Amino acid sequence: MPAEGARVAAAAAGRQERFRRLVTGELDRLYGLAYRLVGRDAEDAVQDCLLKAFRSLDRLSDEEAAGGWFTAILVNCCRDRGRARQRRPDEVELDEDVERFSLFRKVADEDPFPYSDSLHVDFLGLFGRDDLHAVLLDLPEIYRVPLVLVHMEGYSTREVAELVDAPLGTVLARLHRGRKLLEKRLWEYAESHGLLEERTR
Amino acid sequence: MISCSEAVRQLWEYLDGALTDRDRSRIDEHLGACLRCCGEAEFAGELRRFLATGASATLPDDVRRRLLASLDDLDDLDDLEDAR
Repeated sequence: MPAEGARVAAAAAGRQERFRRLVTGELDRLYGLAYRLVGRDAEDAVQDCLLKAFRSLDRLSDEEAAGGWFTAILVNCCRDRGRARQRRPDEVELDEDVERFSLFRKVADEDPFPYSDSLHVDFLGLFGRDDLHAVLLDLPEIYRVPLVLVHMEGYSTREVAELVDAPLGTVLARLHRGRKLLEKRLWEYAESHGLLEERTR
Repeated sequence: MISCSEAVRQLWEYLDGALTDRDRSRIDEHLGACLRCCGEAEFAGELRRFLATGASATLPDDVRRRLLASLDDLDDLDDLEDAR
């Protein structure tokens, strides 16, 4: 028994050591991605990811693929957390209003900078990084995740389809709707947070 | 020629390079004739760049320490999950 116990303990220690080696080089990237996906829940999401990854470590046969493996687990942990915190239901506002909304036209019609030659660029300039992040975090998870992965992290739509385990057509539709909803929410955020008043005051 | 609303609906996909050759040439044709949709296309490009420069975070030292320290407890947490 002592010999058997020592063997089990050594195997557990080896497994833990292997995991630590794989994780150490990935932490910064994983945290950055989690922050974009779930904001201040990033630490908890990475923690969830580490536990899930550790539990399925034996399924990782190719250590060269560890980066993508961690990413897929983290994205799913972030989706779980995002859904749990979501204040609005997934399929929200995706009516004709959102489908037809054009931020370009809205800015042109409302003309918040009457003397500007570049009012559209000026409009985007009203948003600091935190403002944009707040708008993104308020989007339903099914739209936020593909938007962040494609437009901020540079993943292809095919890669995103694999990461979220959804058909490519579903990802493309969510990206399309997510962009329209983002445009609408940017305008609403600028209005409700007084960004337009500050600028024209 | 396709309508403005049809062209605008596909602008992001156009910029993604995700359209078929046929759809792409229909958008090209429309943009060649419609100044307003050119503005829409330009703005969609600006929005993409704006998104790409969005929030980023560096891993704070205290969070790094906590996450690394948690690796020591993974075996115990694993057992706890199994026991549930």
